[in-house]
Amino acid sequence: MNRKLGDISFYGIVLILSLATLAILIVIIAYVMRQGLPHISWEFLSQSPEHMGREGGILPIIVGTVFVTLLALAIATPIGVGAAVFFAEYSKEGRVVQVIRTFTEVLAGIPSIIFGLFGFAFFVVFMQMGWSILSGGLSLSLMILPTIIRSTEESLKTVPLSYREGSLSLGATKWETTVKVVLPCCRKGILTGLILGIGRAVGETAVLYLTIGGSIRIPTSLFDPARTMSMHMYMMTAEGISREKSFATAALLIVIILIVNSIANFISNRMKGAQ
Amino acid sequence: MNMNMGAAAVQTSTMPRPTGAPAASQTPAMPRQAGAAFTEAKTEAADAELVFDINKLNLHYGSFHGLKDVSIRIERNKIMALIGPSGCGKSTFLRTLNRMNDLIPYVSIDGLVCFDGKDIYGRNYDVTDLRKKVGMVFQKPNPFPKTVFDNITYGPKIHGKKNRKQLDEIVERTLKEVALWDEVKDRLHKPALGLSGGQQQRLCIARCLAVEPEVILMDEPTSALDPVATLKIEELMDGLREKYTIIIVTHNMQQAGRISNETAFFLHGEIVEIGDTETIFSTPTNKKTEEYITGRFG
Ligand SMILES: Nc1ncnc2c1ncn2[C@@H]1O[C@H](COP(=O)(O)OP(=O)(O)OP(=O)(O)O)[C@@H](O)[C@H]1O
Ligand SMILES: [Mg+2]
Repeated sequence: MNRKLGDISFYGIVLILSLATLAILIVIIAYVMRQGLPHISWEFLSQSPEHMGREGGILPIIVGTVFVTLLALAIATPIGVGAAVFFAEYSKEGRVVQVIRTFTEVLAGIPSIIFGLFGFAFFVVFMQMGWSILSGGLSLSLMILPTIIRSTEESLKTVPLSYREGSLSLGATKWETTVKVVLPCCRKGILTGLILGIGRAVGETAVLYLTIGGSIRIPTSLFDPARTMSMHMYMMTAEGISREKSFATAALLIVIILIVNSIANFISNRMKGAQ
Repeated sequence: MNMNMGAAAVQTSTMPRPTGAPAASQTPAMPRQAGAAFTEAKTEAADAELVFDINKLNLHYGSFHGLKDVSIRIERNKIMALIGPSGCGKSTFLRTLNRMNDLIPYVSIDGLVCFDGKDIYGRNYDVTDLRKKVGMVFQKPNPFPKTVFDNITYGPKIHGKKNRKQLDEIVERTLKEVALWDEVKDRLHKPALGLSGGQQQRLCIARCLAVEPEVILMDEPTSALDPVATLKIEELMDGLREKYTIIIVTHNMQQAGRISNETAFFLHGEIVEIGDTETIFSTPTNKKTEEYITGRFG
């Protein structure tokens, strides 16, 4: 009887806590949406900011966000997937791998401002890339690399040995087995890593604040400075320029993240169907 | 990967002990060295068409002695059944024949395993080529999570066949060979994981046939299947005998009796008795063999 009572009260507590979490999330999103959505208009989406952002839209900022996120993904995906394949498939658990692995884990826990500082010192100043999309994308890719490595590695581990054996027993090399059988099984896991990466990249302020500049002009090359949406929000608010524009940007960012996630879900469900 | 294999070439100089009555007919002259293996095996090949010639094979999993002085000669176009109680080393032995044990880092192998007259654990032996010629069907059906078509063409594509018409032909030929064509011809481009267990296993056999092996290793290929599917695969194996050499591990005595020409009985990593299937099943010379076959232990 006592054990049953304990069970029920435990269940009750867990339920209340999870409802509370959900409620807080809903309140935050609803608040941001209420503050922001009314200020989102076609002009807001299609025009450049004026008077430091007090007036006008945020088109260049949307473009900058997309640019720098895509660049970071383009750099981090091949390196991250490659590293994960190396760790999971090729490395024997030796000293070097241990060190590299620890290094990646530490990388994942480093506060983003430190990536910003590093990016500023290394890419912006030392490599003379200046405040640019390139510097920002490179710094950002360092930051999302551990996420991509880890989720790829996790999903590599779930691929059954029997697939690898089947492939090797047909005379495939290890490399062919990895590329043609193992990695295709991991598409979903890799995609998840990319989505998490996009999430971190899109929401990131500190790294970019120190590496990408903050220009409100539409960037036309990798070497142009730019501004991302989260940076824009920070500046609008911190410098007391416009509360409305800040919330409008926030609402838009939430909508974008929701869309990205739905697309990813859709794709990964389609993939499941294909298997 | 070749690290553990270096030792394989080293042969001890003792004469091989015949392990069972029929095996006593083996020629006593055994190659002493990997280098000599090639020429000697060539000259010996004259008396019978030997596919595998295995001499005093020893295998260790770390410090565990998994195979002890195993010697077998396997002739072309025969079906050899490996029987024995669980854990006696049948799978281990089978996996030495296509070097699948290479995947386990702490395995060390000693002795001589000659395939078509060449020591497969010798230096510079091409493992992918070996596995192309010595195919394997696993206990649990393991089709790739791809379409039926892509499963079968996987091997041929890897070995350089890209022509679409040629691939279509391979798919049709192998599926007919395993009597699966009629069942799947309308779903070639559907996922293979949607097939039934028995169909999946036949697909795996077809996938194996698609690379045109000489030998097919089968590790309890029907243990996950129902009697009807089992029967289908047994019938199929009977037909395959003409073109391929088959080495099959089975726990099913009737199955061994029905399909194999020769039977080897393993116990604790050793071959206790080997010979003609009929002889082994009717008049086994070793008491342990008799007990096992009649189901008194195992
Ligand atoms: N990867 C491994 N590492 C260590 N020991 C192993 C490994 N694989 C097999 N063994 C041991 O080697 C022995 C033979 O195993 P094996 O799988 O060859 O037996 P088997 O005859 O195929 O048995 P079963 O009929 O149950 O499949 C067993 O004692 C087993 O514990
Ligand atoms: Mg076994």
